[in-house]
Amino acid sequence: MSWWQSPASDTQVTHGGRLWLYILAIIIMLLLVIPTFIVIPMSFSDSQYLEFPPSTWSMRWYHEYFGSNKWMRATWTSLRIGVLTMLVATPVGTMAAYALYVSGHRAARLIFMYMLTPMIVPVILIAIGVFYFYGRVKLNNSIAGLVLAHTALAIPLVMIIITAALRSYDLNQERVARSLGATRLKAFFVITLPQIKFSVITAALLSFLTSFDEVIVSIFVSGGKTATLTKHMFSALRDYIDPTIAAISTIMVLISTVLLLLVQLAGSRDK
Amino acid sequence: MMVAKSENAVATSSAHTSGASAPGDRSGHELHAKELKQQQRREQWSLLSLALPGALIVFFVIVIPVSWLFFLSFLGSDGEPTLQHYRKMIEYKSYARTFSTTFQVSLFTTLICIAIGYPLAYFLAQLPARWAGIFMLAVLLPFWTSLLVRTYAWLVLLQRKGILNDFAMQIGLWDSPVKLVHNMTGTLIGMAHIMLPFLVLPLYSAMRKIERDLMHAASNLGASPARAFWHIYMPLSISGMVAGSLIVFILCLGFYVTPAVLGGGKVIMVSTQITAILENQFNWGAASALGVVLLIATLLLLFVAARVFKFDAALFGKG
Repeated sequence: MSWWQSPASDTQVTHGGRLWLYILAIIIMLLLVIPTFIVIPMSFSDSQYLEFPPSTWSMRWYHEYFGSNKWMRATWTSLRIGVLTMLVATPVGTMAAYALYVSGHRAARLIFMYMLTPMIVPVILIAIGVFYFYGRVKLNNSIAGLVLAHTALAIPLVMIIITAALRSYDLNQERVARSLGATRLKAFFVITLPQIKFSVITAALLSFLTSFDEVIVSIFVSGGKTATLTKHMFSALRDYIDPTIAAISTIMVLISTVLLLLVQLAGSRDK
Repeated sequence: MMVAKSENAVATSSAHTSGASAPGDRSGHELHAKELKQQQRREQWSLLSLALPGALIVFFVIVIPVSWLFFLSFLGSDGEPTLQHYRKMIEYKSYARTFSTTFQVSLFTTLICIAIGYPLAYFLAQLPARWAGIFMLAVLLPFWTSLLVRTYAWLVLLQRKGILNDFAMQIGLWDSPVKLVHNMTGTLIGMAHIMLPFLVLPLYSAMRKIERDLMHAASNLGASPARAFWHIYMPLSISGMVAGSLIVFILCLGFYVTPAVLGGGKVIMVSTQITAILENQFNWGAASALGVVLLIATLLLLFVAARVFKFDAALFGKG
């Protein structure tokens, strides 16, 4: 019996009879992936206009990008804010997730919902609200202000990931450690943390990406010397299509692809 | 909840076995129990305080700014309390148009996502876990890529001399370039691409939980594959589909970047109007009022969703 005629489902539909589903799914997956990667060949074009496939190839737009003060400063700003957000959001979110999961207090669920609000409130509302509020406390155009806002946006993600990890982890192990005389702190660092560390790494990478890719809050709150990469990209997109953006996009796609693969590897090791 | 509670009791009682209270002594036992309870409560509070830094950040970035906007939405330009910003929304035609555009874009995006996402999720759910993990990358990769990059890619793909127009003309779908971007079409294409993972992920996990034996049984009892699908599989997958659709719809309501870029100023959603009001008129009251309406619509939908079924379970995996 060939693969073609072998049953594919519990209702004995054959692979051949399912061919339409396979073809449809592959087309859909291509539609998902191609627009993500199309920027890569385009970034090596020599033309002012975006053509595909490019008639002549060159590194022109990469020279443009790496040679531009404006783009370099923005990249540096975004990287700094991203790393700082990661460094704040990961421990803060992990602490909160652990506390709420372990305490068993009646209020824990309510507090958890409250901590998810940055994910629920429309970002545009957060953006203009933060812009207005920061105007009063003089935090607009500051790195600290952006890190704080991005941290709030990243906290729900960190908490969801860590809570999921704690759920699949047996807390009895920590109890054993404590009954043997370890403090809660020591039990956490020696017993629990090593076993959820890949989820912590995932959470950290995602919070970096949350900040690095964030557009709307950055448009409002950053500016001048602290303008982020995404802010410059957005205004460039709205006004005219600058091929330099293809080069920057390529770099951003590469960053997220590498991070995603890292996370997938980390995830498969946590189980 | 229960597990965590008993855990505290174990921890505190283990600390106490080395204490001085004599076993068998009745009043000692009562004292002991009281003390245990107190200790447990103290421990719970010290644990909860670990959540404080995060809670404060959320307070600073979400609660204060959003409440401030709420307050501003009831102030006129003269600083007097007024309902004029909300009244304008009912009276002015431009607002009605914005609301209906927002609703249309959200609804159509959701429908497109269901039409494309359901077969994809079904395909993934039928694969062996190993292969599903690999094909899942096709969903996760765009999900992780900056939405600005993806919006840009669509801008390039859909433009007059873009790849899509070239391709369609080559295979004879249409003769002259069609305007695909800077209008509703472009916005919907871009939005659907960005929202699709939000539908596929919950739907996929719901489908994975369906017992395969049920389909087996249906088949054994004489149902045709199509009948088994429509009567068994489809109804069981519907909760995941509704959860995913609601997430997509809610996210669409407040979406900004894609309509602003791919809509080219022709697709005015609530979020784009908010920024327009701020940029052109610097009218904080009107912008805030619009934001408040957006927030209330979002919360209402979430509330309904939570009522209708266990929404958080669908969002965050099984409880």
